[in-house]
Amino acid sequence: MLFKSVLLGCCVLFSVLGCSGQKLDSKPTISIWHWMTDRDAAFQELAKKYETLTGVKVNFELYAPSDAYAQKIRAAAQGINLPDVFSILGQKQDFVSFIKAGHVLDLTAYMEADNNSWKNSFFPKALTVNEFGPQNSYGINPGIFGVPIDIMTIQMVYNKKLFTQLGLNPNRPPKTLSEFLDTGAKIQAVGLQGLVSGWGEIWMIDCLANNYAFNLMGKDKVLATIKGEVPYTDPDWVEVFTIFKQMKDSGILARGLVTMINKTAEQLFANEKAVFAFNGSWCANVYQGMNPGLEYGAMLPPQASDKFPMAIWGGAGSSFMVNARSKHKEEAVKFLIWLTDQDQQAYLSAATNNLPANKNSLSKIPAVLAQFARGMDYATHPNVWGVSEFSLVIEAFDYGIQSIIIGEKTPEQVAKEVQQVKERELAKKRKN
Amino acid sequence: MTLKQMKIKDTLENYVFVLPAVAIFSIFYIIPFIWVFQLGLFEWDGISFTRIFVGLDNFKEIFLQDVNWWRAMWNAGYITLIALLFQNILAFMLAWACDRQIRLKNFYRVIFFIPPVLSEIVVGMIWRFIINDIEGANIINRMLASIGFPNLMHQWLSDPKTVLTTVAAVHCWKGFGWGFLIFLAGLQTIPHQLYESARVDGANAWQSFKKITVPLMIPVTVLVAILTVLGSMQAFALILGLVGGEFAGHTSVPVLRILASMRGSSSRFGYACAQGISLGMILVTISFIQYRFSKKGQ
Amino acid sequence: MQHALYYKSKKFLINTLIHIFLISVAVTCLYPLLWMIASSLKTQDIIFKDISLIPQQLHFENYIHAFKEEGFGRSFLNSIFYTGFSVFGVVIIASMAGYAFSRLRFPGRTILFYMFIAAMMIPIPASFVPLYVLLNKLHLRDTPIGYILCMISVGLSVSIFLLKTFFDRMPKEVEDAARIDGCSKMGIWWHVALPLAKPVLAVVVIFNALNVWNEYILALIIFDSRKFMPLQVALQVFRGEFVTNYPLLMAGLTIAVLPIIIVYLLMQKYIVKEITSGEVFG
Repeated sequence: MLFKSVLLGCCVLFSVLGCSGQKLDSKPTISIWHWMTDRDAAFQELAKKYETLTGVKVNFELYAPSDAYAQKIRAAAQGINLPDVFSILGQKQDFVSFIKAGHVLDLTAYMEADNNSWKNSFFPKALTVNEFGPQNSYGINPGIFGVPIDIMTIQMVYNKKLFTQLGLNPNRPPKTLSEFLDTGAKIQAVGLQGLVSGWGEIWMIDCLANNYAFNLMGKDKVLATIKGEVPYTDPDWVEVFTIFKQMKDSGILARGLVTMINKTAEQLFANEKAVFAFNGSWCANVYQGMNPGLEYGAMLPPQASDKFPMAIWGGAGSSFMVNARSKHKEEAVKFLIWLTDQDQQAYLSAATNNLPANKNSLSKIPAVLAQFARGMDYATHPNVWGVSEFSLVIEAFDYGIQSIIIGEKTPEQVAKEVQQVKERELAKKRKN
Repeated sequence: MTLKQMKIKDTLENYVFVLPAVAIFSIFYIIPFIWVFQLGLFEWDGISFTRIFVGLDNFKEIFLQDVNWWRAMWNAGYITLIALLFQNILAFMLAWACDRQIRLKNFYRVIFFIPPVLSEIVVGMIWRFIINDIEGANIINRMLASIGFPNLMHQWLSDPKTVLTTVAAVHCWKGFGWGFLIFLAGLQTIPHQLYESARVDGANAWQSFKKITVPLMIPVTVLVAILTVLGSMQAFALILGLVGGEFAGHTSVPVLRILASMRGSSSRFGYACAQGISLGMILVTISFIQYRFSKKGQ
Repeated sequence: MQHALYYKSKKFLINTLIHIFLISVAVTCLYPLLWMIASSLKTQDIIFKDISLIPQQLHFENYIHAFKEEGFGRSFLNSIFYTGFSVFGVVIIASMAGYAFSRLRFPGRTILFYMFIAAMMIPIPASFVPLYVLLNKLHLRDTPIGYILCMISVGLSVSIFLLKTFFDRMPKEVEDAARIDGCSKMGIWWHVALPLAKPVLAVVVIFNALNVWNEYILALIIFDSRKFMPLQVALQVFRGEFVTNYPLLMAGLTIAVLPIIIVYLLMQKYIVKEITSGEVFG
């Protein structure tokens, strides 16, 4: 008998713990999943405000870190239990998979209602990230599939105090690659770290390499490479790889850079152990939290050539998508329209140090953020190119650069290896 | 109730005892086991509702093209080899030293089994902070300098040439306790009269070690070797704690590759399963060869 | 006389050498742990400067901070909860099955037993991939019960094997006496077999507790919600967020390590006895 009662007790316990109470409510509750730890408090605040305004309850649920979040939505997509609103982390290909599986609502009609009033409130570049043009290579009906809630650019930042210490002008960051490389020796001499970044996470290397590819060969040639018309063994690409070798040789790169996660890089920069960092504009909020007294400025990556303009990655920072299978899609869209309205955007921007996606809210922002915002003129993003590179090629590309940084492969070797993977993937695609 | 009914009731009652175990085990162990083999034949991104049947293409890709996978296998093989050699020799020496009337015997036993009790993640992190210099105390280098070898000081974890060996060393630190206990168990089963009579016959310590200890320890050694191979080839959490990632392939190991296939930027569930099957088959083969080898040796 | 003295001093020398060898290995085993504990009591400024094992001042507040840190205290409780329930589940379910495989007759007995044993032998390094899909289908992903059931299934094979071997060697007379007294099969299992199996149950408890407490990969793929994460996963997150507050991180690591070391030290005599008796791997 004792055993049975113990078992029964366990079952009761399990069932209490196992089911997170799903209350039946007459008023719709919109649930939103996100991964933005730094913005959660502001989201909760806005949700409260929205409830008092409309009576619609909005539940922001935070899943962090971002790996866990990415896994969460993928699993939810598999099990068809995505929330009403979510955001997709990952490459364009992931976005495409979600759309093809019918998880994402096409928002074009809402965007274009009332003479495009919603659409026109955004920075155009913020919207293009979520847009599929006519005859895109992904085979998706043209349309807008996501709502940008903020914008970002990924640039370099430098520490002004350390600049003065090194005898450099804190208001004039290096403009050209050679100037930049020259600081390497000085930094080494005083025992500081040079450039830090999350290069243990593959995409951040990819980002800087692509910036230089745009600078050296222009957008058209980069896109032609992705389409398979130009090989990675082209001299221009070899030069892109060579830039990383030069950086390594000059001593400008922090030690252990290839295994560094971005959090570590941010800590090192915020604690004045590193002079440069390569990071996105979200860093303003991160650095603010780690070291409020940090004096730093944003700069474009120093250019390697003046043949083509320097390009950086930028556009929508985070976007929300509406679940096409949701029962409350209309309410969800209404909430997103409200969320991206001028006042709410200004509040989010002030509370979280992120650049607002609504162009009418860009009035009062901190100086560093303004510098990041200016970078928007140079911004591009793989998600707006209309074609994407195979993920295995990206992996080989970034692994290759990591190998160059630790000094075990030459740029030429890496170029050859990347091209091999590329040809293999092209052959596979032709077969299917 | 007839006799037959009673018998049926009796049997049913017996099934009640195994039912919970069989049910849980079938659902959470056997079904995934079968699914691995099924999914390995498909291409599936984990999101779409359709899986594309590709036959043995995943395996073809693994065996013919996936350089990163074989590099990961090589790395794991390297760690395993070092563990087989150094960890097990150390474990055997310690067991041999403890297998006698010696003070503090129990104390040693307890201490040597502490590292295996800890989790791989924690062990990796602790050692990272001991070894590393930017985010760590740089203790190994300080020690080298203080005992007069400043020229041996090295960036153990940020130099691609030494990182894998460092991983292997920490792996051995964590693992030798297992080998120690099993070897000790084996040594204690050898009857002392054997040594006594050998001594009476005039054999010295080395001779009786060679003639008695070694042959009797072969089955135990094979067991330790199989466990070492299984443990080392599948290690990965230690690397996450110690190095933090794959270090441009220098510390990638098979399980990390499987995880990357499943959770990475291009999620490939089918391919991940195929990778797992390949690794599993290789492990079973190695274990089987070792087992046969021990049978022959006897 | 001369000879005996020579023999004695030679033995003394050998014993000393052996002790030096053993002690140096023991120190290597303990040093990282002592260093971790010492570091957790220091401050950020001196942690990498003063590397002695005895801090000048003891800063216990690091532990309070670590526990207050969002999610850390919670994941500690999660780990205890998962470990407790999984071990309890394994003990009950495996001892029932082990008892049945040893004592009761029913068709399919041998084949079912071999199913459990075969699973012990065949490694399936990618089984977490389909397990993830399966749990997702059953809506058990990201739930404590899903994780606990998985951990129970992981522990079953070895535990059943250990328990069956034990029951096989247990004398049948006691049970016969109980049967004559009118005990049902359940009653015999609960009142007679389980109490007698205490030593082997201790081993089952320790091995499963170690296994669940230290488990990483399943927790990584099963849990997304921070509120459910056990310590091993939370530590990785914790490390990312406090990567330069080392004393805090060390306090966190110490908290993660101490419970399992305490459990081990309390029950180590069973482990050592069980392994050295050669049954686990017999």
